[in-house]
Amino acid sequence: MTETNGAPRSFQEIILRLQNYWAAKGCAVMQPYDMEVGAGTFHPATTLRSLGSKAWAAAYVQPSRRPTDGRYGENPNRLQHYYQYQVLIKPSPPNLQELYLGSLEAIGVDMAMHDIRFVEDDWESPTLGAWGLGWEVWCDGMEVSQFTYFQQVGGHDCHPVSGELTYGLERLAMYVLGVDHVMDMPFNDPDAMIPLTYGDVFKQTEEEYARWNFDVANTEVLLRHFEEAEAECAAILAEEHMDPKTGKRIIMAYPAYDQCIKASHIFNLLDARGVISVTERQAYIGRVRALAKQCADAFVLTEAGGYVPETAA
Amino acid sequence: MPDLLIELFSEEIPARMQARAAEDLKKRVTDGLVEAGLTYAGAAALSTPRRLTLAVDGLLAESPTIREERKGPKVGAPDKAIEGFLRGAGLSREQLEERETPKGAVYFAMIEKPGRPAAAIIAEVLEDTIRNFPWPKSMRWGAGSLRWVRPLHSILCILSDEAGASVVDLDIDGIKSGNTTRGHRFMAPEEFAVTGFDDYAAKLKRAHVVLDARERAEAIWQEATNQAFANGLDVVEDNGLLAEVAGLVEWPVVLMGAIDEEFLELPPEVLQTSMKEHQKFFSVKNPKTGRIEKFITVANRETADNGATILAGNQKVLSARLADAKFFWENDLRTAKSEAGMSAWVENLGNVTFHNKLGTQAARIDRIAALAREIAPVVGADADLAEQAARVAKADLSSEMVYEFPELQGLMGRYYAEAAGLPQEVANACEAHYSPLGPGDDVPSEPVSVAVALADKLDTLTGFWAIDEKPTGSKDPFALRRAALGVIRLVLENDVRMPLDRFFDSQLLRAESAANGELPEENVNALLKEIAAHGVFGSAFEAVKDRIGGLPATAFLELERRVPDTSDDLLSFFHDRLKVFLRDQGIRHDVIDACIAMEGNDDLTLLVKRARALEDFLKTEDGENLLQGFKRANNILSQAEEKDGVEYSFGADRKFAEDATETALFDALEAGGAAISPAIEAEDFAAAMRGMAALRAPIDAFFEAVQVNADSEVVRRNRLNLLSQIRQVCGQVADLTKVEG
Repeated sequence: MTETNGAPRSFQEIILRLQNYWAAKGCAVMQPYDMEVGAGTFHPATTLRSLGSKAWAAAYVQPSRRPTDGRYGENPNRLQHYYQYQVLIKPSPPNLQELYLGSLEAIGVDMAMHDIRFVEDDWESPTLGAWGLGWEVWCDGMEVSQFTYFQQVGGHDCHPVSGELTYGLERLAMYVLGVDHVMDMPFNDPDAMIPLTYGDVFKQTEEEYARWNFDVANTEVLLRHFEEAEAECAAILAEEHMDPKTGKRIIMAYPAYDQCIKASHIFNLLDARGVISVTERQAYIGRVRALAKQCADAFVLTEAGGYVPETAA
Repeated sequence: MPDLLIELFSEEIPARMQARAAEDLKKRVTDGLVEAGLTYAGAAALSTPRRLTLAVDGLLAESPTIREERKGPKVGAPDKAIEGFLRGAGLSREQLEERETPKGAVYFAMIEKPGRPAAAIIAEVLEDTIRNFPWPKSMRWGAGSLRWVRPLHSILCILSDEAGASVVDLDIDGIKSGNTTRGHRFMAPEEFAVTGFDDYAAKLKRAHVVLDARERAEAIWQEATNQAFANGLDVVEDNGLLAEVAGLVEWPVVLMGAIDEEFLELPPEVLQTSMKEHQKFFSVKNPKTGRIEKFITVANRETADNGATILAGNQKVLSARLADAKFFWENDLRTAKSEAGMSAWVENLGNVTFHNKLGTQAARIDRIAALAREIAPVVGADADLAEQAARVAKADLSSEMVYEFPELQGLMGRYYAEAAGLPQEVANACEAHYSPLGPGDDVPSEPVSVAVALADKLDTLTGFWAIDEKPTGSKDPFALRRAALGVIRLVLENDVRMPLDRFFDSQLLRAESAANGELPEENVNALLKEIAAHGVFGSAFEAVKDRIGGLPATAFLELERRVPDTSDDLLSFFHDRLKVFLRDQGIRHDVIDACIAMEGNDDLTLLVKRARALEDFLKTEDGENLLQGFKRANNILSQAEEKDGVEYSFGADRKFAEDATETALFDALEAGGAAISPAIEAEDFAAAMRGMAALRAPIDAFFEAVQVNADSEVVRRNRLNLLSQIRQVCGQVADLTKVEG
């Protein structure tokens, strides 16, 4: 007997059920990436691991930040910091749709009572140089997940193709739990020793970050950080593949990619501060994409990216 | 004769692609079958979100044997040639036949292509179809390399006749064909086998799948209108939405829900757009109040609670969406009614780039406003109102509602302009100035709207022409062809008389000024003033150049060549668009060319008047004959002019006339000229053409009786000058040399 019987009672129970479900289906349950990202896709467990020929299956929660979406915690649906649940399986299994529907059942969505639809939605990330085909999944007219077959990442064709599932956790949980305002959603069990709502945990941080994102963040410092991250990324990738100290071939794709993530988030902050004009926007996105592409180029030369070391002849 | 049933079963196909894909499947498979010799009686293609189905009946059981006779090299030709022929025919030398021909003995090959069973042909054709399917966008999945719109799961392919059904064997990258399919994803997911189309369709229906998209659409529409009717309401028709929704469900279940009272005050277009775009809901209107009060959603399944849970969920999502819309609407209204009103929005457009070479939206609005003012008197609009309308027409681009729903641009502008208490003509122009967008769109007719609509489109065209971003081939990213067609329709349908050239010049100057920071502004303004007063770029430019003390800036001097060249190029683009437009109305391209060759061809209304008169005239017998007479005269004259190296335009002298027909032609040309000139003056081109028709008989008689190239040089020259007069008189409506036939 597991706790997946009956309807879930809290935000965290939904997350736990998803973790258990995908663990049982054989995914490596990973932890969030320890950097600020705009979406779960930025986690290297998705971006980098979707490249190259090696099989992969991972699931994880990723805290995500979208500074422009901040509403001081007042909007019932919008947050500048929220959680995504992300699943990436390579190659995409033939029953991925059924696996996905199973996950909805695991969190208490009764397929016999709800209307689940796969509605065309092609995904594209200009900053990652990535695109794929798939759907938004609707439950009773509400978008609850994004379902994508990656075709290209960092400018590289995906071979094999990864299947990516992204759940917007707050929105999905609000629906499952029947809550109208995100801040009213029970974070832990309502009968817990100390019951906490989502608002108890995040109302204050939403206010603080909204103020900082929109009005206070030092744009000069941010602009400088952007340039630095960009330069560092290039510098890391320019290093010789052979590490002179260990004599090993060590390509630093991950450290370089960290700089790409950093640049991307700084760009989002600058955007929220309103200092990027419409024309500049495209140029910044192009610069981040160039970094992502270089990191992808580097990653496919590493073993995790499918590189097979030449055996001594 | 066997029947063929094919079903390609996949993950959900985008709704917008299904109908086309079903037709492509039918075309590619049946074309392939016929090409291989398999004819059939009938074929039908059907689609659902998860399947493309093709039923072909009355198919030949095998392709007929084909005998072909092929002629080869001569007997005794080099071995190499004969071997090559044998290879091509797949025969050996003993199988060749020698036959006598007028050119000697020649080898003939009799090739027999035996017929093949239908199954073998189908397998090849279907594999080829699947591998080369023309999806607008396709993808790979898993570790494979096959491409389909979404992962392809199974292929049903059976041939059936009285004896029963058999699977056509096929294996495409591991997907083996079979005789099974599945029903509705949730209501009947089990696999089942079928024996032919009727069995397939019947079993699918039991498995909660309506195979025919049209049947689904009809069922949805009927049920939707029934439910609305029962409540005394009407469903707002939307065929695009209906087709899309029919492509999202295999088992449509129509549910009607109420919109929360608090949202009913939103403009109906906002409700409708929000519901359609985000939720794919139909709007349900109360015919008594005109308000949208309910919505209709189409679910993909039946439930134990008759859809109550589904409807409640949909209602909740809608309320969240409409709460956003209401929030935008109220914020926008507050801004519109504030003291600064819509000008705060316009100011904000100073931060929005229109195009990096053409500056901001605000700068563009200044240019449009200036042009709208100039156009106003031409279309009978008040200049102040036209300018005011042009200034606020795009203000709503800064509003929150339009940011959220870009397709409501213009319409929201009208609502907000009304709320701001602006004159009604101004409010109307906010909405109407984008029109006409498509060829079927209504054209605005209120003068202020016409002025702003023309100014908006002309500014777009001159702007992109100034920075050399013209449409090429199929690429027209700024929809410039559509803008030009819009101008053409605005001018023609409102019977506007405007020399486009002059407005091109002014607006090109403004665009040049925006694109080139080195142009001295005061010089450009002086030039604009000069053009506004006198209308001709060349002399305006000279006048201003003279007034500038010292040496004018290089950037300014360059305008002298750039502006007229660009302006001419833009006008010829308009003429090309006009040809396309008029060809659709049955006017021949050579007729239009003949009229374009005339003076004043930048006045489109005049140009089209000429073209219509000429088109009508050429359909008459007189017209056709006059054209022949004219051409004859013109040919003889042109040849003589080329040979003699002179132009015969001195005017013929009656006293050298030798023949009665010649004198008669003199009389006719004089009388005709007197009748035609006033008609041309009055732009009564039909009357002018009638006047010309009177010349037909004298011209015919003249050619009948007289040799133009007479021995006497004096007589010859006089006759050539007479022909020149024919050319001159007949060329007043259009350049007839350009007319074919």
